[in-house]
Formats: sequence, structure tokens, C-alpha cells
Amino acid sequence: MAEHRLHPENWVDHYADYLFNYAVARVSDAEIAKDLVQETFFAGLNSAKNYKGDAAERTWLIAILKRKVIDHYRKINSKKGKAEVRVSYSSDSDSEGDWLEEQVADPFSQDGDNVLENEELGFAIQECISKLPRKQAQVFQMKTIQGMSTEDICNELDINPSNLWVMIHRARTALMGCLNDNWF
Amino acid sequence: MKISCEEASHICTKSQYKEASFWEILKLRIHILYCKACAKYSKQNGTLTSLCDKAELNVLSEEDKECMKKDLEKRL
Repeated sequence: MAEHRLHPENWVDHYADYLFNYAVARVSDAEIAKDLVQETFFAGLNSAKNYKGDAAERTWLIAILKRKVIDHYRKINSKKGKAEVRVSYSSDSDSEGDWLEEQVADPFSQDGDNVLENEELGFAIQECISKLPRKQAQVFQMKTIQGMSTEDICNELDINPSNLWVMIHRARTALMGCLNDNWF
Repeated sequence: MKISCEEASHICTKSQYKEASFWEILKLRIHILYCKACAKYSKQNGTLTSLCDKAELNVLSEEDKECMKKDLEKRL
């Protein structure tokens, strides 16, 4: 079995976005998610000596992040001083008096599946992006995910528009190939 | 009106971000009529766009990452 090693100096470049997506999906707040990722990196450093090398670096970091997310919910629950579960007949005063059966989850609903599938899709895309050359990945993310204008990106990275389009074009072509292999 | 496949694919990429001009799109459409390869490419490119939308990806800004790197380096 291949021996895995930790490279903390590359953590931010390689895993920050991946972990961030994972955290955002669970705490639905970008600021908190960012802090959790930061804490995960610190915790990773502190317990680096416990890393046995039998899991990939990323899997190991995700495991730490999972604990951090749980801790986060524990903390906000204890702040409230209660972790009770309230079941009320109806929280919505409009539907007061309606039958309880109407609030039961629709067994034919596909919503849950979709949420899960979209998250997996997000990871698949993230993984493909991480295989791109650094600069291409950066331009693609700025353009596609952050939705920045061509002009702003060109100014920030000091490149010209035709340069930018060539990079985005290459990134997209590579991503299509990668997703074809890993997603479809 | 005729354009090369290379040009077509570049217009196609631009059009994914709604930054291709009307004439460019027209040229691309005509090209796709007779070029199977570009038609396929164009379709895949569209799929990629919709997948990226659907996944609702989030990224940290470069500044945030720089901050994280610095904090991490301090502790290395």
C-alpha cells in the first residue's frame, strides 16, 4: 500500500475549496464555513504526528472537518442552553387546524436525492478543477463560479482578453473530458 | 461567413458566458449545421455550464486563501 504523507504547505491550494464546499453545504454560512476550514487546517497540523498514512491526505482532512462541524452545532446548541426537539402541531398559523398527515414528507419526493446528487456533483467538479494547471483553474473559477467580468479578471491577473479566453477554453475542454470519465 | 472549427469552439466558449456577439453566434450556428464535431462539442459545453450551475459551487476568494496560508505558515 502506498504510503501517504502530509504536505501542509500545499493544503490551502489543494483542499481549501473542497473543504469549504463541504462545510458550506452543512452550516450554510460562508463565514462560519471559512472558520471551520481554517480550524481544520490548524487541527491537522497539531495532530499531524497521529497521521498514520493509511488514508489519503484529503480524506483525513475531511474527517477532521466532520468533527469540527459537529462541534460547531454542539456549541450553538449549548449557547442556547437547550438541545430540545420541539414538535408542534403546526408552526404556521395559516395551516392551523389542518391534518397532521399533510405535513408528512412526500415519499415520492425527489428533493433529498437531488440535494445529495448536487453535492456529489459539486465534489466531482471540484476534483476535476484541482487537476487543471493552477492558472487555468484560477481563471475558470473566477469566471464561472465567482462570475467576475472579463475586464476585472484581466486587470487582476494582468492578462489580455484573448489570453483569458484561451485559458478558459482549455480549462472547459479538460473539464468536459474529466467529467465524462468521472461523472457520467 | 465560413469559420474554422477552432474559431467556432472559441465562440462557443464565449457564448457560455453570454459574451459572444450576435454575429459570432450566427456564424457558430451556421458552422454547427454542417460540422458534426463542433455540434457535439457545443452540446457538451452547454452541459458543463448547466452542471456548474446545478452544483452551486462555492470558492474561497484569493485573499481569504492568502490569509489562511499565512496563518498556517506561522504555525508550521
